[in-house]
Amino acid sequence: MALPAATIEQLGQWEVPEQQIGLWSDALQRFRRNRLAIAGAAVVLLLVLIAFGSPLLVQLHLIADPLKQHVEFIEAAPGQNGYAFGADELGRDTLSRLLFGSRVSLAVGIFVQAIILPIGLAIGLTAGYFGGRIDNLLMRFTDIWYAFPDLLFVLVVVSVFGPSLLTIFGAIALVNWVGLARLVRGQVLSIKEKEFIEAARSSGSAPAKLILKHLLPNSLGPIIVTLTFGIPQAIFLEAVLSFLGVGIQPPTPTWGQMVFDGYENIYANPTSVVFPALAIGFTLLAFSFVGDGLRDALDPRMKR
Amino acid sequence: MAQTLLQVEDLHTQFFTRRGVVRAVDGVSLHIDAGETLGVVGESGCGKTMTALSVLRLVPDPGRITSGRILFRGRDVTKMTDDEIRDFRGNDVAMIFQDPMTSLNPVTKIGSQIEEAMTAHKRFSPQEAGVRVIQLLKRVRVPAAERRVSDYPHQFSGGMRQRAMIAMGLANEPSLLIADEPTTALDVTVQAQIIDLLKQLNRELGTAMMLITHNMALVASLCERVVVMYAGRVVEEGPVERIFKSPQHPYTWSLLRSVPRVDELRKDRLVSIKGLPPDLSNAPPGCKFHPRCPFVIDRCKREEPELAEVAPNQVARCWVLMRNVPEEAAEVTKQVVISEEAAKKLQEIPGAGS
Amino acid sequence: MQAAERQAATVAKTDPIILRVEGAYKYFPVGGLGGLSVRAVDGVDLEIRRGETMGLVGESGCGKSTLARLITALLPVTGGKITFEGQTISTLRGRSLRRIRRKIQMIFQDPFASLDPRMTVGDIIAEPLDNFNIGNHKQRMARVQELLRLVGLNPNFTNRYPHEFSGGQRQRIGIARALAVNPSFIVCDEAVSALDVSIQAQIINLLQDLQREFHLTYLFIAHDLAVVRHLSDRIAVMYLGKVVETADRRSIYEAPQHPYTRALLSSIPVPDPGIERNRAPITLKGEIPSPVNPPSGCRFHPRCPIARAPGICSDQEPPLEPHGHAGQLAACHFAGQI
Repeated sequence: MALPAATIEQLGQWEVPEQQIGLWSDALQRFRRNRLAIAGAAVVLLLVLIAFGSPLLVQLHLIADPLKQHVEFIEAAPGQNGYAFGADELGRDTLSRLLFGSRVSLAVGIFVQAIILPIGLAIGLTAGYFGGRIDNLLMRFTDIWYAFPDLLFVLVVVSVFGPSLLTIFGAIALVNWVGLARLVRGQVLSIKEKEFIEAARSSGSAPAKLILKHLLPNSLGPIIVTLTFGIPQAIFLEAVLSFLGVGIQPPTPTWGQMVFDGYENIYANPTSVVFPALAIGFTLLAFSFVGDGLRDALDPRMKR
Repeated sequence: MAQTLLQVEDLHTQFFTRRGVVRAVDGVSLHIDAGETLGVVGESGCGKTMTALSVLRLVPDPGRITSGRILFRGRDVTKMTDDEIRDFRGNDVAMIFQDPMTSLNPVTKIGSQIEEAMTAHKRFSPQEAGVRVIQLLKRVRVPAAERRVSDYPHQFSGGMRQRAMIAMGLANEPSLLIADEPTTALDVTVQAQIIDLLKQLNRELGTAMMLITHNMALVASLCERVVVMYAGRVVEEGPVERIFKSPQHPYTWSLLRSVPRVDELRKDRLVSIKGLPPDLSNAPPGCKFHPRCPFVIDRCKREEPELAEVAPNQVARCWVLMRNVPEEAAEVTKQVVISEEAAKKLQEIPGAGS
Repeated sequence: MQAAERQAATVAKTDPIILRVEGAYKYFPVGGLGGLSVRAVDGVDLEIRRGETMGLVGESGCGKSTLARLITALLPVTGGKITFEGQTISTLRGRSLRRIRRKIQMIFQDPFASLDPRMTVGDIIAEPLDNFNIGNHKQRMARVQELLRLVGLNPNFTNRYPHEFSGGQRQRIGIARALAVNPSFIVCDEAVSALDVSIQAQIINLLQDLQREFHLTYLFIAHDLAVVRHLSDRIAVMYLGKVVETADRRSIYEAPQHPYTRALLSSIPVPDPGIERNRAPITLKGEIPSPVNPPSGCRFHPRCPIARAPGICSDQEPPLEPHGHAGQLAACHFAGQI
């Protein structure tokens, strides 16, 4: 049977709409326009460079070995023996300890988020997509977990399992995943009702596909922002732990430790406290600016 | 002798965006006489809403009225001071919008909002306003007005909210009411009620009305004259009877033939206007409609036509004009046989075809 | 089992009725005490014939969108039965439900929300092909391009994103997606309502062309009766969760049997000033009641110009029965009298 002649109109069919800017490029542009965000990003970049580059600097003898103790220079003032920022109570170079401290801070920030991500995603996506009893169960579990005092929990874990790097990262991650889980669930709930999800279901997509190919990619924006804000949170928590003496143990230098060690002599040797405290402060601020900038850049509702 | 209430002369409103200057209103002139109902018709992006917002000087950022005059009873609105314009808005000219839910304050009682509109202009004392609110709600046919005065917007249905908006618009007895797509968000039966209400108010109060809509049928129902806009310009204007019976601009003609009528059963296809509305920051040369026009000639691509009188009281902006188009050409819709091949190929893909 | 299935399928294919809705209802629980529900669809019977376009109209709260989702099984029914080509689909779940989706597809209302903003147009259209493992990658890409051409779009657009297109073009992409797996039945849920008037005409023409080309059956849902009348062979009118009238496109206008249908038709303005000047619409009293607590007896009785209430109209719910012309059904105790 011959097919009847189809009559489909030529309807500007070859009119090519102007290729508009992609979603990520647009976000990048918006980010670039935000001066604070750029400043924050610059500081973060500096931090990364310092973190990776400080061992090199020691090798090149540009700064002292942070672990080397010089008893004759205990609590030296800045300038003595080439110690630009002075020395601490064990004669170690404050500057190089400061620079090396960035390695721990960065590691804490990144690894903790790396642990939080799969936990938060798994719980948030499952609760959000399936709803009903599963959602209830997971959210009640989350609420109970959230009610636990963070610091207490971390202290308990660290004292039971010892203050190794892994334990501390794990403990910090375990108290901080709730925010991400709730956020992901919220995103899923709001996107789930959109027509393109209905359309995907109507096309025969199975739940796994809906979650991984539709819900997750459309939630990336807020997830990235949450992770970015999570980094200073983790850094700060580690600093607090160090200040309490249960953080990452010496001889690895961390900023929190430096504050802990030096604060008793804050009047005699202020530099060994002030500088690490400032380092913590600036790092937190930098990440916060970047996080803010990312949030504005990725917000679909703001006018382009 | 009808008195001219509103005279818009060569109005230009432009938006200064990062991507360029968008000429939203590109030389629009129109007028409304006292007590008259004017329809302003066009699709999205044609500039009809911007024209109305310009009249009230409510053009949002980054837009600005860049040139032209807007004369209301002889006074130029574009030159009014801030105080004068505040007095003007809501008092001489009022506007009602498409979605009453977003135009009404959700946390204030309906009665209070309407009263506020009155006391703000100091035309009525608070006591007088309180009494008048109920009268207004009754006039717009809100049942149990005395009780409904203390309701919140979410307690009103869509139709009721629109009536409340109309009551608010009429609170200070303006000479001109601008209604921007007042019924688009409403159900059909409610729409009929609102149109009926507007007709009645026009009759009883003598309020002039500017109805902005894309729905030609509403214009036929409510308006005496109509202005058709495209790409920020007026392309045709005239009395409703003439425009509907013998539209001269191909856009108006296509628009009328592209909408199905509930009282007609057509065997032929709807006339569809090919292509897309133009980019207002980068409009095509010559006539702005020419890339989509079924009757385009060479001149259209080079020179933009002016508005010319084509019949008493009717003007159109076109080199060709529908009356010069031969019968046969006007009845043919473009047909292209393309998908025989395409459809065959579809059947050949494995798994295709159940 | 295989042989019986195949036999049933052959029988089904010769059955002129492709979709049957029998007593379907859908209630959405509204929290709180008292166990109240929104009775979105409350006992609907409908038959759709193979190859026809069935129009479905009604105002807010009538349940047409919910019914669409019951028919496409995007929502489970609270009760009642829906059969497609003889097979009961209202009880299917999981994989067997997904299999049916090859035959029943949907085109959505909002061109801006119905396409995943993070996927390319090519992936969007190919998704159904991917779900049913149709062809290999190359064949799928070829088909996507054919589909784009079919709906009037440049086939080289497969790497673009939805936000780069206009509303009308996006709607075409949605249509291409719906056609990808060669369905026999497509539900158009307000498919043209969100488009500009001139674009509407393009899409309406396209839908008609495609129907002729591929022998599709449409359920066309809209609130614009003029558009529905233009496209449909038969039209069903819904009010507050029930079908109140079903008729062919001619009879529904020339001899509406239900007072609501009559009121609806009289409310629709026509682009003809001569007619409009003199038209007096039948205005209905009051407002559409809440679907949580529908009126007793005939749901329309509080607003009906000819209701006998208190009386039979407020006591007994009228059944959907033949009235008027052949094939016309109406649910009214006084059908045709107004």
